Amino acid sequence: MKTVIIKYNAGNIRSVMFALDRIGVEGIVTDDPEAIKSADKVIFPGVGEASTAMSYLKERNLDKLIKDLKQPVLGICLGMQLMCKHSEENNTPCLGIFDVDVKRFTSPVDNLLKIPQIGWNNITGLYSTMFEHVPENSYMYFVHSYYAALGPDTVATTNYVINYSAGLQKDNFYAVQFHPEKSATVGQKILENFLKL
Amino acid sequence: MLTKRIIPCLDIKDGRTVKGVNFENIRDAGDPIELGALYAEQGADELVFLDITATNERRKTLSELVTRIAKHVNIPFTVGGGISSVEDVNVLLQSGADKISVNTSAFKRPELVDELAREFGSQCVVLAIDTRFEDGDWYVYLNGGRVKTDIKAYDWAKEAVQRGAGEILLTSMNNDGTKKGFALDITGKLSQNLNVPVIASGGAGNMDHFMDVFENAQADAALAASIFHYKEIEIPALKTYLYQRGVNIRF
Repeated sequence: MKTVIIKYNAGNIRSVMFALDRIGVEGIVTDDPEAIKSADKVIFPGVGEASTAMSYLKERNLDKLIKDLKQPVLGICLGMQLMCKHSEENNTPCLGIFDVDVKRFTSPVDNLLKIPQIGWNNITGLYSTMFEHVPENSYMYFVHSYYAALGPDTVATTNYVINYSAGLQKDNFYAVQFHPEKSATVGQKILENFLKL
Repeated sequence: MLTKRIIPCLDIKDGRTVKGVNFENIRDAGDPIELGALYAEQGADELVFLDITATNERRKTLSELVTRIAKHVNIPFTVGGGISSVEDVNVLLQSGADKISVNTSAFKRPELVDELAREFGSQCVVLAIDTRFEDGDWYVYLNGGRVKTDIKAYDWAKEAVQRGAGEILLTSMNNDGTKKGFALDITGKLSQNLNVPVIASGGAGNMDHFMDVFENAQADAALAASIFHYKEIEIPALKTYLYQRGVNIRF
């Protein structure tokens, strides 16, 4: 099995590689279109800013390539947001795989909201094979200032002032807002489930 | 709901943990990787590794250590100690650190915070402040608490957040080592007025102290070192204690 981690100008790629190492899978980090197309599994990670990430992908025609992939694809954090329709972060049109928009957290009038959300939050309404044997209300590690709204592709929900998509799935495209690679053994389970697809 | 975080802090010198006796269930308590992995397994929410090595070789040793930690530890971790440039941070993040913390270097050249936030994002920039209460207010201290400044901790924290710091790690020198509890007033002031998470540090002696700092000072996370290393408090018991008293805790 060939597992590819898409290389682009976003952080956290090594963490994903190390997490795969821990479960005995070698992740190949590459932005080579042929290598990505021929992979059995594709992971699209990322911590960073939406517009610069999208520009990087477009310059290399990776935007179209990712949309057309037929094998299982897992977006993580920024990767998931880029798979949505549009991001409020610098008003960025994204890949449009999931029919949902990405918005910035806003403080309610009577309450100072800490942005980014940093830390462990629970996920509910789990409805995807990537969550097999992952208990409802499992805690995952999140770090983000923008969130994907709820929509038809929502397969996990988290609350931070509002309910939003912690997980999305449509056909062969899977995505999570949290960091399974940093979410202890339960996060590892999600990566294992994805690799088994 | 977002949970409160429990964060053990490991001091590192020449690639080894400085404190950390009394662990019969791991082979080498001086090995930061073994100790870090043990804490992760016990339910620590994050780890902080503070490098206190002073030699020229430190940068290379540290980046190698960070890679080893990142390979073995499956929870987020912050690396701090002697970081003073974008290049330092780049090396550590590339090695696998999730966040870095800056202290004296950022105070001396506040633009560093802007540069780091722009280059890597606020989410990985932790501003550490050592503070002491005297003459009626909390002042910033530098160089591991040896050098006093005339700047108030709150003012510096506020400025750093505006510049892009994503979290504040606040250590009260008055409380550190006393085991009499965290500094609730200054922790609460920062936590309630700044829109980034505040990690309280210094003074943890018993489980009620954690309860206090979460409930009465609205800290987002609490950090401690020796009470964990010397097993005066064990993380699973602490988390159970807090959970039973209504604090949001991850299990």
